[in-house]
Amino acid sequence: MVKINGNQENAAGKTLAEYLETTSFDTRRIAVEINGEIVPKAQYANTLINDGDIIEVVSFVGGG
Amino acid sequence: MLPTREELTKALSQRHGVKLQQTFSAATVAVCGLGGLGSNISVSLARAGIGRLILIDFDRVDITNLHRQQYKASQIGMFKTDALTENLKEIAPYVELQARTVRIDESNALALLKEADIICEAFDDAECKSMLTDIVLENLPDKYYVAASGMAGIGNANDIRTRKITDKFYLCGDGVSDVNSSEGLFSSRVMLCAAHQAHAVLQILAGKL
Repeated sequence: MVKINGNQENAAGKTLAEYLETTSFDTRRIAVEINGEIVPKAQYANTLINDGDIIEVVSFVGGG
Repeated sequence: MLPTREELTKALSQRHGVKLQQTFSAATVAVCGLGGLGSNISVSLARAGIGRLILIDFDRVDITNLHRQQYKASQIGMFKTDALTENLKEIAPYVELQARTVRIDESNALALLKEADIICEAFDDAECKSMLTDIVLENLPDKYYVAASGMAGIGNANDIRTRKITDKFYLCGDGVSDVNSSEGLFSSRVMLCAAHQAHAVLQILAGKL
C-alpha cells in the first residue's frame, strides 16, 4: 500500500503518471513529493510508485 | 522628520526582543509576485523589520488591483516593483529592497532567488504556482518555501490555514477556493492568506514552525 495525501491507496507498481491519470488532478497545477522529494513534471512518466511510499500531491488553484 | 535607523531598530527590538529582531534584520526574503498576496506579505515583513526583501513582478499597477493590493490610485500604470518600493520605503525607510521587474521562469529563477533564506510564492495563476514550486523544491532544496493556494471568494475566514507539506515547504490558504469558480477576490480574505504567509516566514525565522 501507498500513502497518498494521508490515504492508503493501492498504487504500487504504477508510474506516477499512470496513477495521476486515474485521479482528477490537473498535472499542470500540482506539485508532487514522494518521500519528501519533489518529482519534476518531466519525471512523472518514469517514476515508479513503490510499496510503502508516502506521496503528497499538492494542488494549486488560482487567485492571489 | 524620519526616525533614524537606530531609533527604528530600538523600537522594533522593544516589540520583538533584541535577539529575534537581530534575526529578522539579518534575513533575506524573496516575494515572487507583488499582487494581493505579495504586496501584503511585503508590507508585513517590512514592518516586522526583515532586513532585505527581493521583490519580483513583471506587471504594472492596474485599477482592478486597488481593492486588495497595497498600491495607491496615484500609482496606476507604474511597475509594481517601483510602486511597492516607494510604499515600503515610506513605511520602513531602512529595509533593503532588491526590485526585479521580470517574469520568473526556469531560466532566471535560480539567479533571482539564490540569495533568499525564505521564498514566498505569491502568484495568482495556478500553473505558475505549480511551476515555481517545482523549480524551487528541485533546485533550491535548502531554502524554506511558503506558497499559497485557495483564498478567493467570500467564504469563511477561518478556512484559511497554514499546512506543513514537507520539512521546508509550507502551504497557506483553504486549498480549494479558485478565483475562476467563486465570486472573485476580496481584500480581507486575500490579506488573511498573505498574513498566514508572512507569519509563517516570521515563525520560521524564530524557529517556531
